[in-house]
Amino acid sequence: MNDRMLKGVRGNMTTLKFDEDLCKTCPTGACLVKCQYIDVGKDEAKEEMLKIIKGEDSIVLDDCVTCYACEEYCKRGNHPFYLITQRREDKGILTAPRAITRQWINIGEPRGKYKLGEMKEKALSFGFMAQFLELVKGRLFEDVMPSYFFGQEYFCNVVYIHFANTSIIKERLPMVIDNIKKLGVKEVVFMHDECYAAFTSLAPAFGMEVPFKSVHYFEYLYNRLQELRDEIRPVGVKVAYQRPCSSRLCPDTHHYVEDIMKLIGVDLVDRTYQGENALCCGSIFRMMYGYELAHDVQRRNIDDMVAHGAEYCVFNCHGCQDALATEIAKRGIKPIHIVDLCRMAIGEEPETEGE
Amino acid sequence: MSDINRSLTEIVGEHYVSNQPEELYFYARDPGLMPPHKPDYVVVPKTVEEIQKIVRLANQNKIPIVPMGAGMALTGLVIPLRGGIVIDMKRMNKIIEVNEKARYVIVEGGTSHGLLKSYLDKNYPRLRHSIPDSPATATIAANVMIHGQGRLTQQYGFNSDMVAGLEVVLPSGDICKIGSCSLSPDWFSKGAPLPDLSGLFLGWFGATGIITKVALKLYPRKRMRDVEIFVTDRGNLVPDIIYELTHTEMVEDINIFTQPLPMIFKDNHHITIFMTGDTDEELEFKKKLIFGALDRFIKGKDGGFMSVGLAMKQTLLEMPQRSVSRFADVKKGGGFEYSGPILLVERYLGCTRKLVELASKYDLAYSAMARIIGRGHCMMFGFSFTFNRADPDMMDRVRKALQEVSDYALVVGGVFWKPTIEEQRMAIEKMDPNTWNLMKMIKKNLDPDGIMNPGNWEVA
Repeated sequence: MNDRMLKGVRGNMTTLKFDEDLCKTCPTGACLVKCQYIDVGKDEAKEEMLKIIKGEDSIVLDDCVTCYACEEYCKRGNHPFYLITQRREDKGILTAPRAITRQWINIGEPRGKYKLGEMKEKALSFGFMAQFLELVKGRLFEDVMPSYFFGQEYFCNVVYIHFANTSIIKERLPMVIDNIKKLGVKEVVFMHDECYAAFTSLAPAFGMEVPFKSVHYFEYLYNRLQELRDEIRPVGVKVAYQRPCSSRLCPDTHHYVEDIMKLIGVDLVDRTYQGENALCCGSIFRMMYGYELAHDVQRRNIDDMVAHGAEYCVFNCHGCQDALATEIAKRGIKPIHIVDLCRMAIGEEPETEGE
Repeated sequence: MSDINRSLTEIVGEHYVSNQPEELYFYARDPGLMPPHKPDYVVVPKTVEEIQKIVRLANQNKIPIVPMGAGMALTGLVIPLRGGIVIDMKRMNKIIEVNEKARYVIVEGGTSHGLLKSYLDKNYPRLRHSIPDSPATATIAANVMIHGQGRLTQQYGFNSDMVAGLEVVLPSGDICKIGSCSLSPDWFSKGAPLPDLSGLFLGWFGATGIITKVALKLYPRKRMRDVEIFVTDRGNLVPDIIYELTHTEMVEDINIFTQPLPMIFKDNHHITIFMTGDTDEELEFKKKLIFGALDRFIKGKDGGFMSVGLAMKQTLLEMPQRSVSRFADVKKGGGFEYSGPILLVERYLGCTRKLVELASKYDLAYSAMARIIGRGHCMMFGFSFTFNRADPDMMDRVRKALQEVSDYALVVGGVFWKPTIEEQRMAIEKMDPNTWNLMKMIKKNLDPDGIMNPGNWEVA
């Protein structure tokens, strides 16, 4: 472990690639019009975005709850949320209490405690979450495991956009890219949306070059299930899918949820809060804003799952699962990670099923 | 065999008395930093009558007696400073009576908190007591003797405030009942409406008598418990946060901690808020009020509720919490000691600054942990250091740091909790002379020959 790896690359500031003409000519203002937490019409939406572009004050800078969804709502390839984040930071507008922001920044600090599996050209990335080791078991992952890596040195740091802190990302992400490059991997399967989006959305948006191929684990799962097609026995349950905030940063991967469910014989219930209309798990809201907003979105979300007869709630993100598992279990719905559901389909018994 | 050894053998039986070096070695020390001193004999009696006989024997021969629970105080309170007989109370561990409707339990003087908890869990699932975070072997009598604290301390005060009656063997060997039980079959009060004589024994560390029975108040045990952690980077706001939290009257227990590692805890103050409920609705209602009480701090970006994962939640909800023991081994070698003065909550920031200063000065690993006592009436602030027992230099640095803590605690209006002999001396020196005269008068009258845990609450 050299100093560069521990301390990061200092002073490597990058600039957000943002095309303001796209906003000026936007016919819909969808980024804000569709927002579930700010109530504005088309004209006002456009007006507020232009204020943000010019560095002026905007209600958006005060009221945005960091659900990331505007990154998906914008179909013109701009990055409204990254811009909002940047402007908030420029103006010193805090999203979260200082202590919460500090805590998260501390959690991501490289400490030389990373872990590497037996590295091959293709590897799994767990961010800094060791709990993925418990998840990536069985035949689904046998062609890549035990090639994996995790630890703060390989953590994407994208979460800091919740905290209006792009500086820390600009400081750490080049180091992370460099660290992954040094592993000699050609293809990385990211087990978390946020990490995948770091290298396919955020890094390019800030002009950072990514010298390896990034694969979302949904795509990996889908392809692997295709290979194991003969062994799939339809699971035959009705599920609700909890879409995480970071999925909004890589919306092109979202279709895999439906694709995978079809492949494993699972009925994805057609509920209100899904797709573009998905609701946040509430975890971040709780930390940043306290009780009311978090409680409201959680209640509506779970009521919706119950109303549509979901037997399982399928999670993609451990954070969402931590936030909602207990509550949904109380309502008679089993929480399960999508990997575990896929393992069930090929006759394996996941250790974490129904926890 | 000496006459004393023979007499002790006649009282408790040969298997329960020893003057063998291996036993004397262990009974010479506690897990803290105080220098050891061997007793001459160790006895493990089974009955009150045996204790009476031992005390009378000691009286006749002017031999010191040190009553001992599990020896967990860490401050040397059961180290036999002048030798003599250590009376290990562990065999007297019967749960004598539970009065469910009046919510009290009567236990023998060597009964452990762990035993009572497991007994209540099994037989009286709607009752609980205020369990401290010391290891489960800590005894109830010793805990109330040192004015310990536990899970219900924020609601009901020191664990000693929850005593509902005592049976004590006096230095004369006589049995004395304290509280309602002195004239009633019912053990519902340690004092009121009578003169409260429990103060002649509680806080005296066995220097005035040996507790052979304790009645302890029990409280409703709700079906569910939950925990939240409110974090702030502004230590000066902690007293205001505590004030708001205690105002809700919705909280079971409040602990505060700050420590530099692991990284998730660096730079912040963590207010751990425990709550209970019989139903989801009750728990949610309390949670809503608690969040609401701290809303102004959240809106001001001065603090927020951190995400507490399932594993962390399970650790925090343990009773007692074993994470305290894990801290003891941070430096390997299993050494841990803290000074826990009782003082006002408004002294919180000063205490944390002092702790950080001392940790830096003496190059020590530290943790600050405070427990709110009553509705913010005061707190126990633990200046905690961990050390390697195989490293005498590190142990010496911890001693020096704790000495400075003692000086500091008095300066900021604190009162030592379970004080070492040196802290007792400092307290005596500082206290109102008439108070000390009264204490001396009590001690002289109860224990004229000074045989009861000598060295404690006396001027050397």
